[in-house]
Order: sequence, then C-alpha cells, then structure tokens
Amino acid sequence: MTTIPQLNKDSQEKGSEVDEHHDVRMFGLAAFLIADGMTFAGFFAAYLTFKAVNPLFPDAIYELELPLPTLNTVLLLVSSATFHRAGKALRTNESKACQKWLLITAALGIAFLASQMVEYFSLPFGLTDNLYASTFYAVTGFHGLHVTLGSIMILIVWWQSRSPGGRITSHNQFPLEAAELYWHFVDGIWVVLFVIFYLL
Amino acid sequence: MTIANTPLKESSLQPKGWFRYFSFSLDHKVIGLQYLVCGFVFYLIGGLLASAIRVELTSPISDFMPRDVYNQVLTLHGTIMIFLWIVPVVNGAFGNYLIPFYVGARDMAFPRLNAVAFWLIPPAGLMLISSYFITGAAQSGWTAYPPLSITTPAAGQIIWILSVLLLGGSSIFGGINFIATILKLRRPGLKLMQLPMYCWAMLGTSILVVLSTPVLAGTLILLSFDIVANTGFFNPNLGGNVIVYQHLFWFYSHPAVYIMVLPAFGLVSEILPVHCRKPLFGYVTMVYSIMAIVVLGLVVWAHHMFTSGTPPWMRLFFTIATAFIAVPTGIKFFNWVATLWGGRISLNSAILFSCGFIINFVLGGITGVALAQVPFDVHAHDTYFVVAHFHYIVYGGSVFVIFSSIYHWYPKVTGRMLSENLGRLHFALTFIGFNLCFAPQHWLGLNGMPRRVAEYDPQFQLINQISSAGALLMALSTLPFLWNVFESAFKGTIAGDNPWNALTPEWLTSSPPPVENWEGEAPLVSEPYGYGVTQAEFEQSSISTYQEDEHQ
Repeated sequence: MTTIPQLNKDSQEKGSEVDEHHDVRMFGLAAFLIADGMTFAGFFAAYLTFKAVNPLFPDAIYELELPLPTLNTVLLLVSSATFHRAGKALRTNESKACQKWLLITAALGIAFLASQMVEYFSLPFGLTDNLYASTFYAVTGFHGLHVTLGSIMILIVWWQSRSPGGRITSHNQFPLEAAELYWHFVDGIWVVLFVIFYLL
Repeated sequence: MTIANTPLKESSLQPKGWFRYFSFSLDHKVIGLQYLVCGFVFYLIGGLLASAIRVELTSPISDFMPRDVYNQVLTLHGTIMIFLWIVPVVNGAFGNYLIPFYVGARDMAFPRLNAVAFWLIPPAGLMLISSYFITGAAQSGWTAYPPLSITTPAAGQIIWILSVLLLGGSSIFGGINFIATILKLRRPGLKLMQLPMYCWAMLGTSILVVLSTPVLAGTLILLSFDIVANTGFFNPNLGGNVIVYQHLFWFYSHPAVYIMVLPAFGLVSEILPVHCRKPLFGYVTMVYSIMAIVVLGLVVWAHHMFTSGTPPWMRLFFTIATAFIAVPTGIKFFNWVATLWGGRISLNSAILFSCGFIINFVLGGITGVALAQVPFDVHAHDTYFVVAHFHYIVYGGSVFVIFSSIYHWYPKVTGRMLSENLGRLHFALTFIGFNLCFAPQHWLGLNGMPRRVAEYDPQFQLINQISSAGALLMALSTLPFLWNVFESAFKGTIAGDNPWNALTPEWLTSSPPPVENWEGEAPLVSEPYGYGVTQAEFEQSSISTYQEDEHQ
C-alpha cells in the first residue's frame, strides 16, 4: 500500500495503517550504485583512451600474468553465489546456514584481497613507473577499496544475523539484501575490469 | 515491506525555533532554507571576489592586486558561485522545500541523507575559502586544467580538489534523494504527467547529477594523485594525456550547466502561470524538452574542446549535437512566451525577474549556439566572449530565477509579503547592471581580449570600465534586496496562506507550513496549472487532461 507517512499525533494513535510508505531504501542504493559505477566508467574510459592515443615503447610493454587474476575472478564469482545462498537461507529462517554462507563469502572476499596483494608485490612495476602502471594501480586499488568495504559489511551482517540477538532476521532482511546488491555490483565491476585490464 | 513511524519519532525530536536552522534538522523545509541562506552567504563572498576582479580590470595593468592573487580570486569566484551558490540553491534549496509538497509527501525519501548532504557544504566552503589565508588558494581556474593545476602551488589545489569532492558528494546524495522522492513517494493516484513542471526539471537534473558527478570525482582523484603521488595521468612530462582530463572534466561540467539551469527552467514554469493567471503552455512538450535536454546534455561536452586538437569527426559530431540542444531549449522558450501571451500579468517583482530571465537566457542561448560552431569557436575560444556567454546563462538565467523564486515563495516561507517597491528597485538595478556589465564583454571578446588575465591591451580600457560600472550596479542591487528580506520578515504585511491565488500544493497549506506540511490529508490537486477556471469547474474536469483549450 502506498500511503503517506502521517506525522501528527492523532493518526499515530489511531493506528499504523496510514503511517507507512514504500521502503525506497533499495531504490536509493541502486541509484547510488549507478553513480558509483559511473566513477568506474570514467576510469575505464580514461584507460582505454590512454591505450588508444598514448602508446608505450615496445620494450616498456609488460604483459600481465593471467593465472592469479583468473583465480581472483573465480573467487569473486563464487562469493556472489555464496552470498545469494545466505540470502535464501535467511528467507527460510535458517539463521545458522545463513551465517555459515556469510562467513564463507567474507572469507572469499578477504582471500581475493590477499591474492591481489600477492599480485601487487610480484609485479615488476610501481605506481609511478608509467601511465599504464599508474592507471592499473589506481583502478584496481579503487576496486580493492570497494572489496574491503564490502567484506567489512559482510562481517557486520554476519554478526547481526546471529540468532538469537541479531537485528537481521527474516522480518528485517534489508541490511543483508543491501550488502548483497552492493557485493554483486562490486563483482560485476571486477569482471569488466578483468576484461579491460587483463584480457584486452 | 514498509517503514512505519520512523519519520515521526525523528521529527518530534527536532529542535524548535531559530536554533533548528543551525541543527542537524531532518525537516525538508528547514534543510531547504539552510541551503538557501548558506548559498546566499557564499553568493555575497563570491560577489565580493567578482567586484575585486572588476576593480582590477578598470586599469590595463595589474595594480589592485598581484597577478597570482588575481588568479586565486578568479578561481575562488568561479568555484564558489558554481558549487556553493547556484548548484546548491537551485537544486538543494528550492528542491528540498518544494518537491515533497509537489508529490504530496511529508518529507523527502531519505531525510537523514538529506541533512548529511547539506552539512557537507559549509565545511567544504570554509575549507575552500580558508585555503586563501593559509597557503594561497588554487590558481588554475574552476576548470583546474592540467598541466596548470599540477604546476601551480600544490596545497591550494589539493584543498580545492577536496572541497569539490565533498560538494560533489553532497550533490550526488541530493540527486539520489530527489529521484527516489519524485518516483517513489508520490501520493496515491498522482501520475507522473500530473506533476508540476519543477518536479520534472528536478528529475532530469538529478539524473544528470547521478550520471556525471561521479566522473568528475574520479577525475579529480586521479588529478590529486598527479599532484601528491607524482603519477603522470595528466602530466605530459611523465607520458600522461591532458586531453583525457578535459574530456572527463567536461563530461561532468557541461551537464553541470544543465544542473544549474534546468531547475531554473522548472521554477520559471511554476512562477509564470501564477502571475499571469494562465495555465502553462504546452505542458507535455515541456516535459519532453527537459528529457531531450538531459539526453543531449550528456553528449555535447567536447564543444568546450574545439581548440584542444580534437579530430574533425569529433568536432562535427559535437557541433551537430550542440545545435540540436537549441531545439528543445527553443521549445521551452516559446512555451514561456506563449504562457505570458494574453495573460493577465501582474507586473510584480517575481514576474519581472522571470521575464528578465527569459530575455537574458535567449541572448545567452544565441551566443551559445554561435560558440558551438567550430569556425566561430576557434576564434572566440577563451576570450571574454565566452565569459559573457556563460554569465548570461548562469547569472542572467539561473540567478535571475533564484531572485524571482525568492519573491514568489517568500510569503509562503515567512508568512509575510516582501516590499514590491524595493523589489522593483532591486530588479531595475540588477537588470541594468547585469546587461551593462556583460553585454560589452561580447565586444571585448570578439576584439581579442583573453579571459583570466589581470593585464590587457590599453585599447580595451574604456569598455572594461563600462563593464565595471555595471558590476558596481549589480553589487549595489544586493542592498535593497537584503534590506527588503530583513525588514519584511518583521514588518511586512501578513501574506495569508495563498496571496497569489496559486493552485500548486504548497499554497494549499498555512504560511509558514506546519512540520508535517498539511494538517491531515494532503490536498488533492488534480492539475497544477488550472488557472482561469474556478476550483469547482476544475475538480469536475478530467484529471488527466492538460488541454489549454479548456480555459478560454
């Protein structure tokens, strides 16, 4: 029911039938993620333009190794699936299963960050070496910041979905659903990033 | 799923009285006024800086201030006027105050986010201005083009970037809030095509904000890396590419012009019908023009870069796309004229400023179309012609509408009328001063005076002095306005709930409105512009029609 929140006291005492409006929080989050996605779109556009008009000397070109980033891609894609399972478990009131899947998701996210660190330290170029090195670290770093924030969110959701005592239950799914949408978004961005930076 | 009661509990905890305007209030009306007053304070600061620029330019040598101070002053002037005055006021101030009324809601969709969005602005503004006193402000203009922004002193530039990032975040939060409120919080039965035009303008603006502001944020983060971390994204010495910065910057900053002027279009569309007692002409075409401007506004950015070595195909594409924008803008212009045509116009301050807007905006629009043509632009680029064009759009356009809106909505906000005599004096000084200041700058630009310089060829001195005289009139025009606003708040005649006999929902409640906007249910308004018919006739007429031929 779309009704308008009533703020005066009378209607509050009369009951809650007119004191409600649609929950627009997911809509707001989606709008924010579109904005966030545009930041990445700007970075990708900058990188592709650099590639088109600022070629490096042949001896300065470094081909990125693929095995580790491919593993990272798999880690994130699996973590999206496990997060989905956590949401399903919450809806069917299985809080133990929900917590288990959340913990697995967080572990996958942290494993991604660790693996990203391993890659960073094994690369032969640094942040200021050339244009491509700078763009690579800036964009993967910005994405890594998103994964870090996401992992912290998942751990908070995990703590709050404990039963009994947690605030996230089948009656209050929003925090989990919001973190899930955000996590899928971060994974989707990674897939695009992987294609643009590693495969192209 | 629904959220019950939360807004009630929060708003009953809000402070009362004057203190609420300095608090983290969640009431959309308080936040709207916070935006307006805060923006006006920054307008006065930006105006002082503009006066300093015009004083400096009365003589061809830099005698009033050193050249590097002049650069700081023009950078601060541009940044303050755009990011701290026009964008927050046409969006945040009027949007927050009016949109919940127009959609029939008690508040915005995210009241707390709304308060956060406002409270990002004062610290950002203070940070920006204080940089002048601490390390010297940024010197590279509001565009912060590299390599200039990389080679000028770093501290001021970094503070500039940080404050623009905060203001961009504020703008994005506000945009998300407006989209959610307009699309999701409409009262039952209120269709999109029944919304007042300002809602459409704010929907279009917010889409532009959400799509383009993040790109600027990302670009400025990369620029800050260039300054502090010695990377070379935009530094040609390190293999970087300055043109990429320009593309990314204008991908935001061209839509930013529409972010400043589309809400003004919406406000004018609210004000004109009330004061000439006629429905808005061509509601549906107005809606489609706004959406066309939103779409086209995203694909015209490189017309700012015709002299940056853009390839011919790009020049051709962006020239044509820019010329196309003149079509929906022209439709809106003729619709406003047709709204005025044959109306019973009461020539008060509100409509004077709106008409001033129409006149100035069409002049600025024509020079805009001229500047979009490559053969003309390569000569006029970075001259005072561009300065004149831009000020005709944002001052002659947006700022005139802000004043018009203040005269129109002041009775609603305070419950008292503004003095018409002082208002007309304000209009006369502003209109004459504005045109005296900026019309001669077209001539200066066409004769080759570059923008952003403290020193110029002595042959331009007379025209520059005329321009400065106009600036003096504009500065003086603020005095009757301020006096009017302060005096009328205490001594103005009592306005009553609906002094203009307007039909939009905000007028159908008390003045000033109660915290919950309406006692009881929101009033049903079938059509926002049913002027010329009685309320009874218009309740009988079909809700969804917008045909002007009903009202003879």
